[in-house]
Amino acid sequence: MATRKTPETPAPKRPNVSKEELLQYYRDMLLIRRFEEKAGQLYGMGLIGGFCHLYIGQEAVVVGLEAAAKEGDKRITSYRDHGHMLACGMDPKGVMAELTGREGGLSKGKGGSMHMFSKEKHFYGGHGIVGAQVPLGAGLAFADKYLGNDNVTFAYFGDGAANQGQVYETFNMAALWKLPVIFVIENNQYAMGTAQKRSTSTPDIYTRGAAFGIPGEVVDGMDVLAVKAASEKAVAHCRAGDGPYILEVKTYRYRGHSMSDPAKYRSREEVQKMRDERDAIENVRELLLSGGHATDDDLKSIDREIKAVVNDSAEFAKTSPEPALDELWTDITA
Amino acid sequence: MATEVLMPALSPTMEEGTLAKWLVKEGDTVTSGQIIAEIETDKATMEFEAVDEGTVGKLLVAEGASGVKVNTPIMVLVEEGESADALPAAKAEAAPAPQADTPAPASAPAQAAAPVEIVSKASADWPEGTEMKTMSVREALREAMAEEMRADETVFLMGEEVGEYQGAYKVSQGLLDEFGAKRVLDTPITEHGFTGIGVGAAFGGLRPIVEFMTFNFAMQAMDQIINSAAKTLYMSGGQMGCPIVFRGANGAAARVAAQHSQDYAAWFAQIPGMRVVMPYSAADAKGLLKTAIRDPNPVIFLENEILYGRSFEVPVLDDFTIPFGKARIWREGTDVTLVSFGIGMAHALAAADKLAEEGISAEVIDLRTLRPIDYDTVLASVMKTNRCVTVEEGWPVASIGNHLSAVIMERAFDYLDAPVINCTGKDVPMPYAANLEKLALVTSDEVVAAAKRVCYR
Repeated sequence: MATRKTPETPAPKRPNVSKEELLQYYRDMLLIRRFEEKAGQLYGMGLIGGFCHLYIGQEAVVVGLEAAAKEGDKRITSYRDHGHMLACGMDPKGVMAELTGREGGLSKGKGGSMHMFSKEKHFYGGHGIVGAQVPLGAGLAFADKYLGNDNVTFAYFGDGAANQGQVYETFNMAALWKLPVIFVIENNQYAMGTAQKRSTSTPDIYTRGAAFGIPGEVVDGMDVLAVKAASEKAVAHCRAGDGPYILEVKTYRYRGHSMSDPAKYRSREEVQKMRDERDAIENVRELLLSGGHATDDDLKSIDREIKAVVNDSAEFAKTSPEPALDELWTDITA
Repeated sequence: MATEVLMPALSPTMEEGTLAKWLVKEGDTVTSGQIIAEIETDKATMEFEAVDEGTVGKLLVAEGASGVKVNTPIMVLVEEGESADALPAAKAEAAPAPQADTPAPASAPAQAAAPVEIVSKASADWPEGTEMKTMSVREALREAMAEEMRADETVFLMGEEVGEYQGAYKVSQGLLDEFGAKRVLDTPITEHGFTGIGVGAAFGGLRPIVEFMTFNFAMQAMDQIINSAAKTLYMSGGQMGCPIVFRGANGAAARVAAQHSQDYAAWFAQIPGMRVVMPYSAADAKGLLKTAIRDPNPVIFLENEILYGRSFEVPVLDDFTIPFGKARIWREGTDVTLVSFGIGMAHALAAADKLAEEGISAEVIDLRTLRPIDYDTVLASVMKTNRCVTVEEGWPVASIGNHLSAVIMERAFDYLDAPVINCTGKDVPMPYAANLEKLALVTSDEVVAAAKRVCYR
């Protein structure tokens, strides 16, 4: 799950992915899915409270993007953030214990599902206000440019946030100042319960960058290799000092907007069709098996490993004590 | 007929200016729209255009003259064949005289009390005998930024017109020349976006100073200031702080009406995770801004356009800072405590002068920072004087004065000889008309009246 090196050569159309890499993506995506399923279960048991936004269905987005990241690159996202944290290598125990509001959580139980951070992994949250992370992400990129390094920032936001005014203020300044930021629009087609066609004037969101001179493209977010290829291209663009890049990654969330969403705005058939025909993890599984890169037993063994990691995180999250009461008064000011 | 050309007001707060340069000489013909002079205001050097046509009969003010009051005749334009000396029966129409302050009390006190001596308290912020120099608040703020930018490469200034324009209020004048465009960054007019970028840059290891042309525009950016800057340290369990300064003009200037005149002191002071500073003097502006830039937390630094041009004594010290959370006692007194901050201090100090003439000895405290607030200094004073009046420009509901009153009631109830009175701006949007604006703002006369009431005089 550690960040990986960008290949030196320009990315080919279809990435020449190694068996090891493919297996790694499988693991990373599976970890997110099993982790989120467990989180959903713990929520149902009353161990997780408040808002809890699951990433199930969208795993290929963050795993594909991270495939092009190097040490020092930064990432920032919205409240649907568990997958991003796991993909950049944050400890599943710390994430799960934060969901249960415990001392062992990454924010000592004071942030919750939507507010986690890791300086070590360059993960800058976890932001609960739709769209707010977009200028913040450009600010992270601004800092890197100011400091004169070649890091890039991945600023993730959804199709809902893409209608926020501050996104376009940010596009303008990011282009004006040539900030090394990749705007990743995770288009899961629903802004909470509002379908894209009911909220957004144009079907292709990435084209909006053109008004600011920001190149962009649409990517199949159910295909981790396609996402990886696009990510490499975007990263190369940013690292070369050519300014921001937009990737609109078409994806799909299988669960509701949050745990309390009955998802009446779409049909059960629509969800089932995506799961059956487009599932990103199943796609990689097929590739691994049909290419002879792994046997059924190999994959079963990976499944068991992942399950153990997730179970350990859940156990830790249940047994870690609640924060001490004097924690109420700490970390308010530095 | 000869026409007098008057010294123009070229900004809302301009009362006088310097006639930097005449671009015409006596005998020249002037056409409407022609630039006739360069006039330096407190903010910028402006070109002054003729409105009327004619021949320059006489220049009444010499080039380079400073302190020329607005509406002073500076030139006489004559028509063909006229002599400049045959001067105008026609006096220029003066602007209507401002109305008198709040009407004077109908009846004078039955017996005049003997005046009390004014006891100014030396500042405890620098050693006695320190060399001092006179400096405007504007210069003090600029010096603070320049010194901190020299000391720390990660400090940079961003905002609207901070660079090439040299600052909308000239606070950042000269910084672009010294530090370059990388560190003095002109932004587009997009407060929400550039504030978010500033906050992100602070997360990313820089120390941004974000200038709001005025804090009225910071309302566009409120979410980033409060949800992103102020709360992240707590939400991250102490991992990620936000060292950033948001600074700019706050409160009423002069005649800029409802959308440009709000005092945000009480709004920001309510937010945990933030520091809120509102200096009055130039020394405090400098010492507190340096502290703000070094502070690891988000700091709201509320300046005042009217105070920018006022001068005070500032200590000449290599590295002069003032800690947060320490009020300054400006005057010692025994009869009543006046507590204020920012421009409210001007009213509190003026009131203390008037009260002294009437035999009431007022202690005047400048809070200087509103989060943290130096409650101890206020309480110690109130326990001594047993009376308190708070003074602020902001609105009366949920004001800083309300909060202080509650704290005083909780912690010094038995010491109070009278209810605390809060002198505030009136509970109305700021009107434009000069007389109504005056009425909406807190005045020293109101402070005097309140102080007399709590003294039962």
